Amino acid sequence: MGSTITEKILRDHCDEKNVSAGDFVLANVDKCLANDITAPISIEVFESIIEGMDRSVFDTDKIVLTPDHFAPNKDVASAEQCKILREFAWKYKIRNYFEQGRVGIEHCLVPEQGLALPGEVFIGADSHTCTYGALGAFSTGVGSTDLGVAMALGQCWFKIPESIKFVYSGKLNDFVSGKDLILYTIGQVGVDGATYKAIEFTGGIIDNLSMAGRFTMCNMAIEAGGKNGIIAPDKVTNAFLKSKGDFSYKEYKSDKDADYSNVIEFDCDELEPQVALPHLPENAKPISEVDGMKVEIDQSVIGSCTNGRLEDLRIAAKILKNRKVNPNVRCIVIPGTPIIYLDALKEGLIQTFLEAGAIVSTPTCGPCLGGFMGILAAGERAISTTNRNFVGRMGHVESEVYLASPALAAASAVKGYITSPEYL
Amino acid sequence: MKGIVIKYDQRNINTDLIIPARYLVKSDPTFLAEHCMEDLDPVFKQRKKELGASILVGGSNFGSGSSREQAPLALKTAGIECVIAPSFARIFFRNSINIGLPIIEFNKIKDLNTGDEIELNFEQGIIKNLTLNKKFKVKKMPAFLQEIISLDGLVNFARNKIVKIK
Ligand code: SF4
Repeated sequence: MGSTITEKILRDHCDEKNVSAGDFVLANVDKCLANDITAPISIEVFESIIEGMDRSVFDTDKIVLTPDHFAPNKDVASAEQCKILREFAWKYKIRNYFEQGRVGIEHCLVPEQGLALPGEVFIGADSHTCTYGALGAFSTGVGSTDLGVAMALGQCWFKIPESIKFVYSGKLNDFVSGKDLILYTIGQVGVDGATYKAIEFTGGIIDNLSMAGRFTMCNMAIEAGGKNGIIAPDKVTNAFLKSKGDFSYKEYKSDKDADYSNVIEFDCDELEPQVALPHLPENAKPISEVDGMKVEIDQSVIGSCTNGRLEDLRIAAKILKNRKVNPNVRCIVIPGTPIIYLDALKEGLIQTFLEAGAIVSTPTCGPCLGGFMGILAAGERAISTTNRNFVGRMGHVESEVYLASPALAAASAVKGYITSPEYL
Repeated sequence: MKGIVIKYDQRNINTDLIIPARYLVKSDPTFLAEHCMEDLDPVFKQRKKELGASILVGGSNFGSGSSREQAPLALKTAGIECVIAPSFARIFFRNSINIGLPIIEFNKIKDLNTGDEIELNFEQGIIKNLTLNKKFKVKKMPAFLQEIISLDGLVNFARNKIVKIK
C-alpha cells in the first residue's frame, strides 16, 4: 500500500519509519508561528518550561511572530499583547518577528517571505495555518500550549491524519475562482465533512489554478473540519517560490495506490460563483439564486488571509474601475501585506479603490474577526471575502456575513445588493 | 494501573457537562475539581468517593463542545486517573494528553461497569476487567505518549527533555 503526501511528510519528520494514518508521532517542526492573540500564552508556556535553565528557543530562525490581529494596536489591551511579542522577540533574538509596518496578515505574509516551503512541517497557533498546504507542506493549527512546547523543543505530537481526496475537473467559467471552488466544496461536504482529515486538492483545475487560488482553498480546509489542506508541489509552486528567493526544499507526492478514506470528484463545468449565507460556510448557494434574493448590504470587505492577495485586489479593482461604490455601502479594502499594498499602489489599484469611494486599510485582520476597522452594527449585513460567517463574527450578534470572492464583493459594493460582475 | 470504574453510559458528554462554563472564572484546579461533572450527576463527587473509583467510562464522542483545557484538568484533579470511551472529541483528546490524563479508545464499554475493578497496561495495549475476568486488546500507546503522561503532561515532558539534552 502506498502513502499519501501527508503521511510521507510526517514520517520523514519523526524517528519511526513504519508509521501511517492513525499512528501517533512526535514530529520535528520546521517553523512555528504565533500572533498577537496566541503568542502571549505560548510565551508563558515556553518560559515555564525553561524556567531556571540557561536555555533559549530551539531555533531563533524558525519562530515567526506576527502582530496582525488587533494591530496597529486597537486599544490598551492589544498594545499590551503586542508588547509581549516584541519583548520576547528582542530577548531571544527571534529573527522573524515582524514589527507593525512590516507585518501583514500572517497567512499572506509567511508565504510571501518564503517562510513556508514544500515538504515542511509547519505549525501555527492559528487555525488558518492550514493555508501553507498550498505549497505542499504539512501545515496545521495547534493550541498555544503545543506551540509553547514547540518553541522550546522544536517538536510537536500528531496523530497522522487519514486523507480525503477532492478531484476537480472541467473548465472554470468567468469569475469562478479558488474561493468559489472551496465554498462549493464545503457546501457539498459540510463544515464537518473532513473532520481531522488531511484534504488533498487535486485534478486538472487545481493544476491550472494560481498560487493565490490555491492559498484560498487550503486556507478554508479547516472550514470543512480538515486538519490540513494540501496540494502537491508542481511548476506553479516552484515558479512562485523562485519569485520569492532561492530556496531548497523537498517535493513530496502521494503514491498512486495511497489509501484515502474518501475520494470525491467535482465536475466544475457548470459551477457558478458561490455565496455562503449566514451563519455557516456550508450554506453555499450559486450567485444566480442569491442575486434573485436581492440581499441588500451595508458593507463589503475585500481582504483577509483568504483573499487579501494581489490577484484578489486586481480583480476587485478591475470591477471597481470607473464605477462608484453604492452610497449605502462601506467598501473596505485590506491589502494582506505591506508588499501587496505597495504593489497595488504601483499598479494603480489603490487609486482605483479610492476613486470608487472605497476605504483602503493598512494590512490587518481587523474586521474579519470582529476586531476593528469595520465592525457591523445590529441588523447590518456584509458581503466579505473572509472565511467565517459565524454569528457575530464581524460585530453585533444580530449582524450577518455573506462569504464570497473578491469579484462578487466588488460587484455587490457597486450595486448595493449581492450580485455578480456578470450582472453589472 | 488498577482502579475501580465509574460509568456514565451516555454519548456526547461534552465539556460543559464536565466543567460548567460558570466555574471557569477561576482556573484553580481544586476549585474546578469540586464542580467536576456536577451538571451530569449532582452527586458525582460522593458517588466516586463511595466507590473508590478512579477510572471514568463514558459513551462515544466524549469531551465534545468547546475546547476548554480545564475539562481534562478538572477530571484529573478530581482523582480520575484514566478516561475510557469508544471515541473522543479530538481537541479533548489532545488537551488530555497535554495535561497528563491518559485516555483510551475502547468500543466494548458494555464490558466495563460501575464498580468493576480493572487493570490497564498502556504499553501492551491491554484492558483487564478483574471483576468479570475478561481481557481486551486496545491500541498500544507509543512510548512518547506514555512518557508525557507519566511526567504529568507536555510541559514537564519538554522540560525533562531539555534537561536530558543538557
Ligand atoms: S484574516 Fe481572519 S481568519 Fe485570517 S488570520 Fe486574520 S482573523 Fe484569522
